[in-house]
Amino acid sequence: MSILVKEDTRVLVQGITGDFGARHARLSIDYGSQIVAGVTPGKGGQTFEHGGKKVPIFNTVADAARQTGATVSAIFVPPPFAADAILECVDADLDLAVAITEGIPVRDMVRAKRAMQGRRTRLIGPNCPGLVTPGRGDKSHGGCRIGIAPGYIHRRGNVGVVSRSGTLTYEAVWQLTCRGKGQSTCVGIGGDPVNGTSHLDVIRLFNDDPETEAIIMIGEIGGNAEVEAARWIKQHCKKPVAGFIAGATAPAGRRMGHAGAVIGGAEDTAAAKIKIFKECGISVAETPSDMADALLRIWKG
Amino acid sequence: MNIHEYQAKALFEKFGVAVPKGAAAQKASDFEAAVAPLDGKGGIMVKSQIHAGGRGKGVFTDGFKGGVKFAPTKEKALELAKAMLGNTLVTAQTGPEGRKVQTIYFTEAANLGKRPDGRDDEYYLAILLDRATSRPVIVASTEGGVEIEKVAHDTPERIFKVHVDPAVGLQAYQARQIAFALGFSGELHKQCVALVAKLYAFFWEKDCSMVEVNPMLVTAEGRLLALDAKVSFDDNALFRHPDVVALRDLNEEDAKEIEASKFGLSYIALDGNIACLVNGAGLAMSTMDIIQHFGGSPANFLDVGGGASKEQVSAAFKIILGDPNVKGILVNIFGGIMDCNVIATGIVEAVKETGLKLPLVVRLEGNNVEAGKATLAASGLTIVSGDSMADAARKIVGLVTK
Repeated sequence: MSILVKEDTRVLVQGITGDFGARHARLSIDYGSQIVAGVTPGKGGQTFEHGGKKVPIFNTVADAARQTGATVSAIFVPPPFAADAILECVDADLDLAVAITEGIPVRDMVRAKRAMQGRRTRLIGPNCPGLVTPGRGDKSHGGCRIGIAPGYIHRRGNVGVVSRSGTLTYEAVWQLTCRGKGQSTCVGIGGDPVNGTSHLDVIRLFNDDPETEAIIMIGEIGGNAEVEAARWIKQHCKKPVAGFIAGATAPAGRRMGHAGAVIGGAEDTAAAKIKIFKECGISVAETPSDMADALLRIWKG
Repeated sequence: MNIHEYQAKALFEKFGVAVPKGAAAQKASDFEAAVAPLDGKGGIMVKSQIHAGGRGKGVFTDGFKGGVKFAPTKEKALELAKAMLGNTLVTAQTGPEGRKVQTIYFTEAANLGKRPDGRDDEYYLAILLDRATSRPVIVASTEGGVEIEKVAHDTPERIFKVHVDPAVGLQAYQARQIAFALGFSGELHKQCVALVAKLYAFFWEKDCSMVEVNPMLVTAEGRLLALDAKVSFDDNALFRHPDVVALRDLNEEDAKEIEASKFGLSYIALDGNIACLVNGAGLAMSTMDIIQHFGGSPANFLDVGGGASKEQVSAAFKIILGDPNVKGILVNIFGGIMDCNVIATGIVEAVKETGLKLPLVVRLEGNNVEAGKATLAASGLTIVSGDSMADAARKIVGLVTK
């Protein structure tokens, strides 16, 4: 198993006719993912073609889901319209909406998250690289790639990876792959202050997933999501966890690229989070080069 | 995006939040006209306008003390304003280089009410996003005019919070809860309920990240006023608020950060001497960290984005080299999707274009990395290659501290 998505998960892409969405839809198709529909309002009836594959385009998410059996959406819609795109997935009762879009107004996300309460759909992101469940083919071909992560760096295996950052996730994944350790699922939850799925949400899923034997959790300054996850891990997690926190050198009060990466108090600095990680039995990577090795120090695979 | 106090108060007034009467001026020749309509009987407050807190306790670089001062007369106010304008104010938040004061704000000095124990009748009120609940939170305290962090630490029971459900917005009972928590009754209770509701409307409608009134005060005449105003806006929402964008003061921003934003680069200057150029915010932050881990000191945060182009790499080099403290450069690219060779070509061009003489360590990983490394090696330039982040960081620290 894996979490959230499997090799055969049927995926639709909102914004498939835009440059960004089209580019990554093609890369997902190349990776062997089941991209079964596109959604662009007003372009319903057209097709998106790549590599001999014809992907039908629909006007609405509901139509796309009904006619193709898609259960997950990858959202590449520009920021002013992205919250609307997320809520359209909720209305269509999809299992999962993955919002790649960076720069969505916080107010839009506050309202969207409230509107999602009690509904079926889970949101990953926004401002995230998406998620990958690696396939079993050459360079992990045949997996489910939703978003913008490079597929080929993965390898199917037993480590779950969760992170706010894209490139830092790739760094961890590549370190694992180079050491012969594959991944069950790699989830980028995004760098925004209001997001759909937290570190803890993903850790719980990994804890319950029989294929996942060990976990790497990557966090950064700002907020208390990593601390919340660490405390839960100490109490409940059955699996070894390694962690890394970025931003030890970040000055307080400045936003470090990610909208959510800003030190607001004494509790959300890198040093404070690392201290709590250690107290909670998490193997802490001293540097970002040390993420896979930090896990391998406590888990032999 | 941050704005000045005088701009924030003008917005407050539009939303019906009471503030002391005031006027701002950017030129000494405009001071008299600014002060003329104010009632000077109770004195005038003269306030330096910079985007940093701690102004009252700040000191100007010429030794003049206090960025916010009381003037008993209008004449004295003009004199104080002239001493502040164009002068550089150093506060706890500006760093030692301080900030040049380019606007002076004059307000009628409020006649402070007193509490039974003789203290000024000052309160704290703020609205911001609570990340843990993903909802706006209103924070109020009976302890105003002091740092709220200190209140939170010493007397947390004096801080009161109300979370607003975004589905229905602020409810009247919630505004009443705040007014009761602050101990108001009668006419002041009504004023407080109205002020909280108006301030929330402002926060929500204008996509604010934070609105802080410290202090909110009761005057001797029984009026509730926002005496100070600190407002910041969500950068992501500026596209729908051209009126807010018009308030941006580029004088308050780092010139290199403005230049970087034109190229879609996210740059923040720091005080170290090893510049870094990285793709992705998380990787950029941890590159700074690993430089420090190996004994160096990062000169900046620079995220060229997930899909950096040659043009961006070139612009990034120029911005980095605009910092005279920089003694070496570390490039760290995990080219998952983007072609490492494109980045390598961009680096080679940028090095030639800028005539770079400083040590440069490049760590490339990912798509087409072998071709990228070959391009760097064939360039004839002295570019040191790093195999991993740790290896690259160790090498640049070694070269810079040599």
